[in-house]
Amino acid sequence: MSEWETVIGLEVHVQLATKSKIFSGASTLFGSSPNTQACNIDLGMPGVLPVLNEEVLKMAIKFGLSINANINSPTQFARKNYFYPDLPKGYQISQLDNPIVEGGVLEITLKDGSKKKIRITRAHLEEDAGKSLHEDFEGLTGIDLNRAGTPLLEIVSEPDLSSPEEAVAYLKKIHSIIRYLEISDGNMAEGSMRCDANVSLRKKGSKKLGTRTETKNVNSFKYVEKAIQHEMRRQIKILESGKRVTQETRLYDSQLDETRPMRSKEYANDYRYFPEPDLLPVVLSEDFINSVKDLMPELSEEKEKRFIKEYKLSDYDANVLSVDPNLSNFFEEVVVRSRDPKLAANWIMGELSAFLNKENLSILETKVDSINLGNLLSRIEDSTISGKIAKEIFEEMWNSKKSPDEIIEEKGLKQVTDSSEIEKVINQVLEQNQSQLEQYKSGKVKLFGFFVGQVKKASRGKANPEQVNKLLEERLKE
Amino acid sequence: MSLKNQDLEQIAYLARINIDKDKFPSLKKELESILELVAKMDSVNTESVVPMSHPLDLSQPLRKDKVTEKDDRKNLQKNAPSIKAGLFMVPKVIEVED
Amino acid sequence: MTELHKLSIKEKLKGLKDSTFSSQELTESYLKRIKKLDNKINSFITVLEERAVKSAKEADQRYASGSALPLDGIPIAHKDIFCTEGVLTSCGSRMLSNFISPYSSTVVKNFEGSGSVVLGKTNMDEFAMGSSNETSYFGEVKNPWKEDYVPGGSSGGSAACVSAGLASGATGTDTGGSIRQPAALCGLTGIKPTYGRVSRYGMIAFASSLDQGGVLTKTAEDAAYMLKTMSGHDPKDSTSLNVEVPDFVKEINKEIKGLRVGLPKQFFSMNLPEYVERSINESLKVFEKLGVKIIDVDLPHIDLSLPIYYVIAPAECSANLSRYDGVKFGYRCEDPKNLEDLYMRTREEGFGSEVKRRILIGTYALSAGYYDAYYLKAQKCRRLVANDFKETFKSVDLILSPTAPDTSFALGAKTSDPVEMYKQDIFTIPANLAGLPGISVPCGQHQGLPLGLQLVSDNLEESKILRMAHHFQLNTDWHKSWPELD
Repeated sequence: MSEWETVIGLEVHVQLATKSKIFSGASTLFGSSPNTQACNIDLGMPGVLPVLNEEVLKMAIKFGLSINANINSPTQFARKNYFYPDLPKGYQISQLDNPIVEGGVLEITLKDGSKKKIRITRAHLEEDAGKSLHEDFEGLTGIDLNRAGTPLLEIVSEPDLSSPEEAVAYLKKIHSIIRYLEISDGNMAEGSMRCDANVSLRKKGSKKLGTRTETKNVNSFKYVEKAIQHEMRRQIKILESGKRVTQETRLYDSQLDETRPMRSKEYANDYRYFPEPDLLPVVLSEDFINSVKDLMPELSEEKEKRFIKEYKLSDYDANVLSVDPNLSNFFEEVVVRSRDPKLAANWIMGELSAFLNKENLSILETKVDSINLGNLLSRIEDSTISGKIAKEIFEEMWNSKKSPDEIIEEKGLKQVTDSSEIEKVINQVLEQNQSQLEQYKSGKVKLFGFFVGQVKKASRGKANPEQVNKLLEERLKE
Repeated sequence: MSLKNQDLEQIAYLARINIDKDKFPSLKKELESILELVAKMDSVNTESVVPMSHPLDLSQPLRKDKVTEKDDRKNLQKNAPSIKAGLFMVPKVIEVED
Repeated sequence: MTELHKLSIKEKLKGLKDSTFSSQELTESYLKRIKKLDNKINSFITVLEERAVKSAKEADQRYASGSALPLDGIPIAHKDIFCTEGVLTSCGSRMLSNFISPYSSTVVKNFEGSGSVVLGKTNMDEFAMGSSNETSYFGEVKNPWKEDYVPGGSSGGSAACVSAGLASGATGTDTGGSIRQPAALCGLTGIKPTYGRVSRYGMIAFASSLDQGGVLTKTAEDAAYMLKTMSGHDPKDSTSLNVEVPDFVKEINKEIKGLRVGLPKQFFSMNLPEYVERSINESLKVFEKLGVKIIDVDLPHIDLSLPIYYVIAPAECSANLSRYDGVKFGYRCEDPKNLEDLYMRTREEGFGSEVKRRILIGTYALSAGYYDAYYLKAQKCRRLVANDFKETFKSVDLILSPTAPDTSFALGAKTSDPVEMYKQDIFTIPANLAGLPGISVPCGQHQGLPLGLQLVSDNLEESKILRMAHHFQLNTDWHKSWPELD
């Protein structure tokens, strides 16, 4: 592998979360009974005409602005001609020249923390096709056109990705952006985000691009990684045996973890694009674009920078907490109450994450909400409880849904901070451990830890550790 | 502009229209005479001319994102050649194109 | 009693208002004539007897209660290209010979809303492709003026039925001349408005950037009435013009004195039959007497029109007709063996030869390697033609020419060579390319067959061409004659 380098470009289709379709007023809700959300326009009935949904423009512009791309005006639709039963008109209304978004860059963060800029070639609008159902129908296929006409944003990257890891990081970044912008739920399993991978190899240092294959039907981050890895292995084998890679479209089979070529006639993919005569050029005025700008939420990059500046979080913490809009909202809500951002960050990425992962829950399904976590953390800050006790309380909160104060009260877990109280316990412990005290006095300073442990035990963890240390030190000096 | 049989086969496939081989000669002649008519454009210099896709010099009107259509399946499927469980039925599709 | 069918729309409206006759009487008289005469002419694909009588009764009720709509009770026909809910809408094709439309086009709705009585759906060249109405799956239409002669096309059925007195007026569509040319061949007034004036929603598409709905009537005045109802902005059609519709009926009475008419020298240097030239010259004399100025003009790229059209129209139609695949509606071949077979045989059997020719040419013109030479080239040349008109309209108000290169021809006379047939549209195509409004009015006769002259004006100036046509008709009698049928 070391003499070869991989060149990867990804095409991501994002289903835009509009209420109605891109060219008709039918609903886009997922999961309805077949063909109950396909109106005459979606079915391509004789005489029907497309009318453009304003919201799709706004969503595409949001995406374009978030990656600092050019917004083309006018932008034009085109017909992409091919025959398939789930494509009712026998052509898909898409964009060829003057796509709505062109250029742009997004930054990905890799596991080792390094960052890489990936250029976007373009992002354009098009309509989705329907669905073909092959099972349960002897020798026949059933077509459901509910999905036909759902708006898609096709995002095409330059071949700037060089490894499966980068490809996955890129996809995750796209996923995060589209969810942040609320333009899509990015659910790969449900098909609202789909990925095709273009993979080619070339000798390290070569400037020429090798022959690429396009792999379709990868519907999870994991499969994208595996499909690309498979393609890389397959292509290396071919190239090393002196043969040439065939330019073709392949399908990924997740069961067998392999890609297979799709059979089709050579000239089958002559799409004969031409400008869509039923739709006029779309003019996007400065006002229109600015109105969209005003609606944009803070993006994860901006948020990350702000977390570092405002909350003094580490780069790593800031990055982790800013990727998911729900997580970052949660974090900020906790900080309102706890006022110690570092503590909040630690607890969210530590304790809370562990509990969520154990039960396979997302942050939205957390059993301890931000208010209660915030309150718990503020109790640590005001020394009502120690950090260790807080962990016990957290578990109780998770299981019982009670508030921290309720639990502290019920279980009498208030930290003992009263010096006289602690001194009492210290005296007790020292009395009960005379021989160790002697040893300490004669030089075995390591026994300090032993005494701390004993005081902790005797106070059942409630004694404030800092105070214990301080008072014990003083006492032992005497 | 002469068309080869292969060209005709290719266009017929792209257009998904079956044409019997015995019809090829006459069809070729007809298409070639149309292409001859069309060739008159070749002599005109159009280098700096902006193509005209629409007779109107206007921009696309927009529609608000609202659901305005409700389920009309029964009516819309009245003309369907083959329906099963609300689906349009076709002979099994072998290649999964997505 | 005056034959009711010979009354103009204006006279009919007056008669209905004054209760001289009822809509039911009017409608029934038309239905009787259709039964008697249409067997030979074949202008109707579907006659809607019950519906028509019902509508007529409702119109009569509205007249009685004083709440009559603009065209209430007037019996008309719709070209079978306009989707009509619950009614067979075949587009003259086997492909849609079983298609009962689940919705109505805006045009049909507009007429419904004005109270018109729909007598039926008229015959047409298949998918609007043709100039003689010989390509219909439902058989040829005959020109009422001469047996076994063509009525023109593609709105041949609409032309034949109005000229035979089987409807007061009929809707049509015009992509390269399909309203104007049959109007000329059948002695009628036919108008194609500015592109975007009439909604294309529900008007089965042939070539999207060229198609436009219009009307065929006996007179310009009748056309004004119908065009007013038919036109208007439609949010369901993105290419529909969002402008006010002038009151064409009022407009036609405005003055034409001082209007300048251009005669393109390219059109007048063709070797047209002597009688065609004569009819035009006589007509020019009429216009001059009415104070119209005649000027020679130059449309240097006009002879590119036919080549341009025969790339763009087939290209757009090749995509528009891809939806006819036997999957969701329409014809399906028997026992398809697999998906490919379903497509290939459905489309082989469902489409006629002219449609197939155009789909193939269109597919070729758009295909890889040919797009620039054909489609792109044609779109550029189109711009040149449109610019010629723009330039010319700086110095004239209208452009005049014959509508068709000759009178009607015998059935079968031009079917062996497609390009021969295409030449029928040589004068009409330019207006479609530039999106301009055009009208044809009867201006002569030769050996019992009508001749027409065409007027084209700048965008949105239908008023000018209607005015000119109306004043011409106030000063000539060609539009008044009827074919001998009874």
